[in-house]
Amino acid sequence: MIAKLRYGAIAVALVLLVTLPLWMGNSYYINIASQILLFAVFALALNVLVGYAGLVSLGHAGLFAVAGYSSALFLQAGFDHLFSNSAAIVITLVASAIFAALALRSTGIGFLMITLALGQIVWGVAYRWASLTNGDNGVNVSTRPTPFGISLASAPSFYFATLVVFLLALITMAVFVRSPFGASLRGTRDQARRMTALGYNVWLIRFLAIVFSGFWTGVSGLLFIYYNQFVSPQVAALTSSAEVLLMVISGGTATLFGPIVGAAIVVIMKNVVSAYIERWNLVLGVIFVVIISFMPEGLVPGSVRLARWLWQTTRFRTTAARPSEELKP
Amino acid sequence: MTALAVRNLCKQFGGLRVTANVNLTVEPGERRLIIGPNGAGKTTLFNLITGEIAPDSGSIRLFDRDITWVWCHRRTHLGMARTYQIITLFANDTILRNVTLALLGLSRLRWSVFKDLEQQHAVVERARAALARVGLGHIADRPLSQTSYGERRRVEIAMALAQEPKVLLLDEPFAGLSIDERRDVRQLLNAIPRQVTVVMIEHNMDVALDWAERITLLHFGEVIVEGTRAEVVANPRTREVYLGH
Repeated sequence: MIAKLRYGAIAVALVLLVTLPLWMGNSYYINIASQILLFAVFALALNVLVGYAGLVSLGHAGLFAVAGYSSALFLQAGFDHLFSNSAAIVITLVASAIFAALALRSTGIGFLMITLALGQIVWGVAYRWASLTNGDNGVNVSTRPTPFGISLASAPSFYFATLVVFLLALITMAVFVRSPFGASLRGTRDQARRMTALGYNVWLIRFLAIVFSGFWTGVSGLLFIYYNQFVSPQVAALTSSAEVLLMVISGGTATLFGPIVGAAIVVIMKNVVSAYIERWNLVLGVIFVVIISFMPEGLVPGSVRLARWLWQTTRFRTTAARPSEELKP
Repeated sequence: MTALAVRNLCKQFGGLRVTANVNLTVEPGERRLIIGPNGAGKTTLFNLITGEIAPDSGSIRLFDRDITWVWCHRRTHLGMARTYQIITLFANDTILRNVTLALLGLSRLRWSVFKDLEQQHAVVERARAALARVGLGHIADRPLSQTSYGERRRVEIAMALAQEPKVLLLDEPFAGLSIDERRDVRQLLNAIPRQVTVVMIEHNMDVALDWAERITLLHFGEVIVEGTRAEVVANPRTREVYLGH
């Protein structure tokens, strides 16, 4: 029953996503949908660490920015999109490996602080190394790529490109979570000591997870610079890392769909609610407090729990009502 | 050839000598009991042998291979398995998944990213068989959170046995068990094949005395007495440091 509901919901969501530009109409809202999807990829990537590895990173905006800046600078230097993006991904993977090697000297709060420091270094480079990064003025990305000759200049076409990448990321995550390696990673989260005793190289498993997470963070960074056609130090700021962490936590860590819902909430707050309420940050804060108070496990697992509870209580009531009916004369 | 040979092993935590020049030789297939009062350094000795902590000096050999500086997880691949005194299991998973993880630990499959673990029937069936051997087959699919303390103890041992180790280190497998549960664990231990060398730590001497072939008595990190069951029990120093009279 639950499984059927789940597949049904996924099918409906997929149809809605694919047809979105048709019924959304307004390109402003289509662009917001693109933003949600690209940040969902970012949140899914961070969830690998926060949810499945139990390693909370506050430096992921740094990796996001490394990908964005690398590609933007190569493009500015005259390289084509394919080369710039491939090089950017390679650089991001190397950066992730360096992040991992340094941050994995610790776990828990120590890991968090080291990633925070590393993220700040990236921000510092973006902000202060003006001869390379153009400092506060940022770097312009003049054109979007044309994969298979399809122009991504319009809002719907860029949306579809983002959707394809998003679905690829989602499928990868789904496969990863069910794989033996995914089980190993969750094991290192729950009982690192026992995993070592069972023959697992806990350090290497975590290292690979960070690089995997870095890959999808980089991909989302590339989507981001093509979306905005601009990248600035703000991208690497601590607030960006905190924002994506909030997406993961509010939606539900260690769930496939939680980070997507979290990304949707944050992006909608930033773009839609901010048009009506100047203090949209306050609204966002209140929403998070409410989520954490009533659904500490996150919105997606929390809603599932609520739905199960409602389903069971209604069933219980109907079965409990029956004997009394039988007693009627 | 000896199964396990510990030579002049020392470990100090600050000013405290927890392992003081320990020598230990365990023959293949032997049933060895390590006893000693609280704080004698029994678990530390296990942690040194399994590589969870590094010794200050001395050496450890496993079947004549020097493993003193071999990484902890590699020692498992060389045929060492252990259980913990404080139950250390995956509380959010089923019993079956716990044992499956134990089997995966020694399989190359653990690095696979593209396969679905649920579809790896060979591994899952081996895990089921391992659970059936310890009498937990009927509750294999139960979440660990819904099992009793005694069942968890047996899961711990089942995980170690599933790895088919050459040397099995049991850290107080009877701790906190009721009389009935002790009997179950005891049957489990008696069923371990003879080719497996078993070293057991036990705080309470009476529980496993008749199980052991040779006994080592630790006190303040030192080996005080070692010998057959009768020798150790008869030794006056055993009475002095351990039995307290």
